[in-house]
Amino acid sequence: MSTEQRPAPAHAAPPARALPGSGETRRHVLVTIVLNKPGVLNRVASLMRARNFNIESLAVSHTDQPDVSRMTITLRGDDVAVEQVAKQLYRLIDVLKVQDVTSEPTVERELALVKVRATDRNRMEIVKIVELYKARVVDLAPDAVIVEATGTEAEVDALVALLRGFGIKELVRTGTVVMVRGSQSIEEAVKR
Amino acid sequence: MTLTRREPERPPARRSHVPNEGTPEAAAVEQARKEMFNESRAATLRRTRIGADVVCEALILQGVDVFFGYPGGVVLPLYDVLGDYPELRHILVRHEQGGAHAADGYARATGRVGVCLGTSGPGATNLVTGIATAQLDSIPMIAITGNVPGALIGKDAFQEIDINGITLPMTKHSYLVRNADDLPRVFAEAFHIARTGRPGPVHIDITKDALQQETTAKHITEAEAVAGLPGFRPKLEGHPRQLKVAAREIARSKRPMILAGHGILHAEAWDELRELAEKAQIPIAHTLLGIGVIDETHPLSYGYMGMHGWKHVNRAIQSADLLIAIGMRFDDRVTGNVRTYAPYARIIHVDIDPAEIGKNVAVEVPIVGDAKHVLRALLEMVERVQPADRQDYLAQLAEWRRESEAVSWHGSGAWREGHLSADFVIERLGELTDHDATLVSDVGQNQMWMARYAGYRRPNSHISSGGLGTMGFSLPAAMGAALGRPDKETWAIAGDGGFQMTFQELMTLVQDRIPVKVALLDNKKLGMIRQWQEIIYAGNYHSSHLLGPDYLKLAEAFGIPAFKVSRPEEVDPAIRAAQAVDGPALVWFLIAEAQNVLPMMPAGKGLSDLIETWGGPDSEPEA
Repeated sequence: MSTEQRPAPAHAAPPARALPGSGETRRHVLVTIVLNKPGVLNRVASLMRARNFNIESLAVSHTDQPDVSRMTITLRGDDVAVEQVAKQLYRLIDVLKVQDVTSEPTVERELALVKVRATDRNRMEIVKIVELYKARVVDLAPDAVIVEATGTEAEVDALVALLRGFGIKELVRTGTVVMVRGSQSIEEAVKR
Repeated sequence: MTLTRREPERPPARRSHVPNEGTPEAAAVEQARKEMFNESRAATLRRTRIGADVVCEALILQGVDVFFGYPGGVVLPLYDVLGDYPELRHILVRHEQGGAHAADGYARATGRVGVCLGTSGPGATNLVTGIATAQLDSIPMIAITGNVPGALIGKDAFQEIDINGITLPMTKHSYLVRNADDLPRVFAEAFHIARTGRPGPVHIDITKDALQQETTAKHITEAEAVAGLPGFRPKLEGHPRQLKVAAREIARSKRPMILAGHGILHAEAWDELRELAEKAQIPIAHTLLGIGVIDETHPLSYGYMGMHGWKHVNRAIQSADLLIAIGMRFDDRVTGNVRTYAPYARIIHVDIDPAEIGKNVAVEVPIVGDAKHVLRALLEMVERVQPADRQDYLAQLAEWRRESEAVSWHGSGAWREGHLSADFVIERLGELTDHDATLVSDVGQNQMWMARYAGYRRPNSHISSGGLGTMGFSLPAAMGAALGRPDKETWAIAGDGGFQMTFQELMTLVQDRIPVKVALLDNKKLGMIRQWQEIIYAGNYHSSHLLGPDYLKLAEAFGIPAFKVSRPEEVDPAIRAAQAVDGPALVWFLIAEAQNVLPMMPAGKGLSDLIETWGGPDSEPEA
């Protein structure tokens, strides 16, 4: 069998036009600075739904400026799809700044509270795991403990997976928040 | 048909969509207007100034002369003071959807912001189709609704609906006003947002108590409104480096084609477009909403592209080595299958909305900016090309054009001897209105015939619902267009399907003496549905046959002169008779029942797969 490439005949069909985007999906983190106006969360959520963008997590909070809020959005998609998300977000009048921090050095944190089944026999085992992960036990009951953990999404995932062996009664996670390392500030860039 | 070339007329001066804040004239005008309201109308009349007064003042400040509305319980405070503002002409429509389309048609004909009004609940939901139509076609519009008093919000009060939530995904921006003091700022912001950058509809929902509340709040200038909108700064100038790359691409191209869209009309950049085409000898193809960007008799105007576009235009796009797309968004009706679209072309894409660039097709040269600014900059940078230098290319295009017009001009499709053909009617209408009227089409076959055969010479002379494809659009939109441009003859061209959706507005034409002429193309069919069923669904005609009333009697009942046409030789006299009527008139064309719009690109296929002639199963059903 020959692997030699033959030149295409002159009448060959033209090459197909490439579709936008590489098609290679990965996790992206977008930091979005918005005006703290009524309905702004609804606008962002509605846009994500209408444009068929799939959010993995969304964390909303105050910033140091009273009229400005910060949303941290994690989602999966290829580079062009995520760029579309950012551009569509910019179309919202209340959105001041969108930054994809995926490939920047960041501090990334998520907080989880996990209510784990605990008996007299395995309570100490749970506490050991919790200590190893630099998490802590914040509530003790005869048959359960609440573990508080912070870390990257992956670190929290790992701890939760271990605790699952004991039986998780309840789990809540805040969703990821990030901050770019160094002195540059997204918030200062939009200071009014 | 011989068309003599004429310079398109410029519409009268108007407020541009580009903010003029900063210029001394604008500041002086704003200041004078503000002073006018230091002594409010309410104070002059020795009564309390309430939120409803602020709404009227704001509309006057924004230059609104006419708006379209329908009263209801919660907006009655507004109607209670409206009589004190005779400079605001209120048109009482017969359905809120008609009001929204009329505001839309007004905006498209004039370039100014259109305004419509509805009450809470059903009044508001009836506006929704019209707001969505404006959103998909980027039309500057303010939709005002009343809502139940603030204390009742969320209590499922009578005629309460979360209209803000409903319009949220289909407006450029929206407001809920619960305090009269907020009204001046909200109106200033809303008008600025609606007409600036990529235009679009803005919805303002006002609670009844806010309309009734006493207020001394002062109006603000456009500059003050801009300062309050830090997240809204549309970029007008193209990036210099990208412009340089674009100029280089244009210089290198052997088979360039300009794809001109609605953005040219929004930016009022038709002169710059023509100058660029002439300087670099580049033919211009246009989209449906781009009709009128160039006089169709201009030697470099190549025609209408896309699903029902001319074959020569689509063929030229498929063989082009460079597409210069300006103010258009590579809609699926324009590209067909994107994988096979313009396979040899590099693409320069100019749009004011960054989100449009790279959305549907990957492009080599993205330029974010206003069409007028970008075209002016490009005009400086491109080399002058002599027609002789493009001779081979332009001769090839002319040859393709001859071939395709021989097939598709006069008598597209399988219509029968003695029957009236729609393209003939449209062609005569264009001719008899001197190619200068405002022609408002509906949706479906009539829309495509209008796009292909009327012959446009002037910007904003063609109005159509492109993006949403809203049937029933033509009559109410023509109403707004006629009020916006009373200096131009205005025709609504509708199929019998779309006409039966909104013909109640005929009574508005009569009551408010709006001289719209209606051309009703009656084939007793939902024509485009019938065509798809014939060509794509193997002749399985279901629910595409449509009865209609005796339209002469209908018009008579409304008090409108009407004329019936069933033979080709009756077309000219009937159109002339309608033109002679001082006021609205209707011409009822009984067109062939099974005529198809050809060529046609079946959905999902590519631009090279046009069906140009169709001799398929002759399955014309009985009337």
